[in-house]
Amino acid sequence: MTAPAEAGTAAQPGNRPASRRPAGSRSGEDPGDGGRGGRRGERRLLRRERRARWDVKLAPYVFVSPFFLVFAVVGMFPLAYTGYLSLYDWDRLAYARGEFIGLDNFRWVLDDPLFTKSLVNTLSIFAMSSIPQVVIAVTVAALLDQQLRGSTFWRISVLLPFVVAPTAAVLIFGTLFSDRSGLVNELLNSVGLEPIRWHVERWWSHAAISSMVNWRWTGYNALIFLAAMQAVPREVYESASLDGAGRVRQLFHITLPMIRPTVIFVIVTTTIGGLQIFTEPRLFDDTAQREGGADHQYMTMTLYVYVKGIEDQFYGRASAAAWLLFLFIITIVLANYAATRWLTRRRAL
Amino acid sequence: MNRRPGALVYGLLAAFVVGSALPLYWSFMIGSHTRERALDTPPPLLPGGHFLDNAGRVLNTIDFWQAMLNSLIVSTVCATSVVFFSTLAGYSFAKLRFRGSSPLMGFVVMTMAVPTQLAIVPLFILMRDYRLLDTLAAVALPTLVTAFGVFFMRQYLVDAVPDELIEAARMDGCSMIRTFWTVAVPAARPAMAILFLFTFMQVWTDYMWPLVALQKTETLQIALDRLALTGQGQSTDYALLLAGTAMATVPLLVLFVLTGRQLVTGIMQGALKG
Repeated sequence: MTAPAEAGTAAQPGNRPASRRPAGSRSGEDPGDGGRGGRRGERRLLRRERRARWDVKLAPYVFVSPFFLVFAVVGMFPLAYTGYLSLYDWDRLAYARGEFIGLDNFRWVLDDPLFTKSLVNTLSIFAMSSIPQVVIAVTVAALLDQQLRGSTFWRISVLLPFVVAPTAAVLIFGTLFSDRSGLVNELLNSVGLEPIRWHVERWWSHAAISSMVNWRWTGYNALIFLAAMQAVPREVYESASLDGAGRVRQLFHITLPMIRPTVIFVIVTTTIGGLQIFTEPRLFDDTAQREGGADHQYMTMTLYVYVKGIEDQFYGRASAAAWLLFLFIITIVLANYAATRWLTRRRAL
Repeated sequence: MNRRPGALVYGLLAAFVVGSALPLYWSFMIGSHTRERALDTPPPLLPGGHFLDNAGRVLNTIDFWQAMLNSLIVSTVCATSVVFFSTLAGYSFAKLRFRGSSPLMGFVVMTMAVPTQLAIVPLFILMRDYRLLDTLAAVALPTLVTAFGVFFMRQYLVDAVPDELIEAARMDGCSMIRTFWTVAVPAARPAMAILFLFTFMQVWTDYMWPLVALQKTETLQIALDRLALTGQGQSTDYALLLAGTAMATVPLLVLFVLTGRQLVTGIMQGALKG
């Protein structure tokens, strides 16, 4: 690609369509008579050729470098710095790094009952949100994967909750699940059930928080599943129907194994997102401290990092907790990956 | 599944859509009633006439317009920057051959899996040291580039720009940057629009990082947070709270109505979560 391009530059500079303006960087050049003999012309030609060669060599690096430079400052450096901070004591009064204390911060965090509690809360909220979410999303996708009238309308409609900011979603659901007069409790009351103290009781609060996560993400994931389902050749279903396999059977034995990479992808992204839930537990709280309920009954790990790091300014401990959360996420992602592979493996009809 | 769907399929889909819309609808209804009426049993399910009163009270409680403007500025800056740098880098990774291109791309993909919000503590220290806390710059900085953006643009440009077109432009004497402007950018436009939309929404709806980086300055999400705090106490003022929520949600709803089709396309092309 390089050589002919350069030859072209040198040989026919005058052929450039008149309508194209020379780019800013080259505006100093004389566009008209580059190749027209004479010593000056030859030297100019050589110079241009050299410049073109450097252009080809350097341009890709110049193009990618802004990304890497900015990312190094706001992405990589803070992550590495988190690791560094986690090994040092932090003097809150002097606002300065203290002495090197090795893994003491990690030990402190692991010994902290609040950390363990937030870990269990995170797992519980994650399980309550991810499992129903994926199941419903697959179902909705299977419904959408047919010759529907107004298919674009349905696809756009299922995405509606996605454009509601999590902040707004929590405030809406926090009201729905209000302990005294919330709509959900009214409904329970009308069918003769006891009202639930959604903001107080640990597992019920997890259910309420999960419901808002599910609400926002199910339609989104359904569309991702739908995209994969549409790539499954229709003939496969036809022959399966001829063999007498019903819809549900087809879903489990044909569709799911065939869209397996997508299922894994959705599970992985849902896991990474689901284990970092912050906005929901923070704003669901109606106590003044807002640390995940009066008894921290729905404090998540990200909220723990925020409270320890930003509010209490234990930078070392918060950094250690952040790293533990990171390890935790990787572990759960790998476990989910293995489980999903096993669940969606190919099986006979 | 091939057969023409029956009424059951439409019924189930309609139930899902109504279920999705219901919380939003209900919050708009509550936001349009008086504070007292909002607490009634059964709760009001039809619009009332007090939305403007409630909106006025919201405007008295928080600096709504300033917060909206701040969100608009930060989201636009981030989305523009992400689209520009991602297109540039994505084009290089997709179409140009250079030493180190595949390990660098591998690095980009790897970093997508690393949750950057784990780094809030060092980012906070960084912003504090450079006296950027409580500025919009601090909010925007971490999202000026995203690994996802580069990945997304690369995936798109691999197929969208034919090599012959690049070669032809080079034959015409275009410099590399000019080839990028005249060949890659026009071809990348649909993907750029989608990336812009997603980045805009991601920054607009973000709550955690502005909460860390800001003190007095407010983005829309932080203003909503403050509204929720003032509403606490003896008996929460749900009408005020949900009127504010509605006001903050409407801009994105408008965006959704205008660009819903593109959002769906973007997600179905394999977009990731923000």
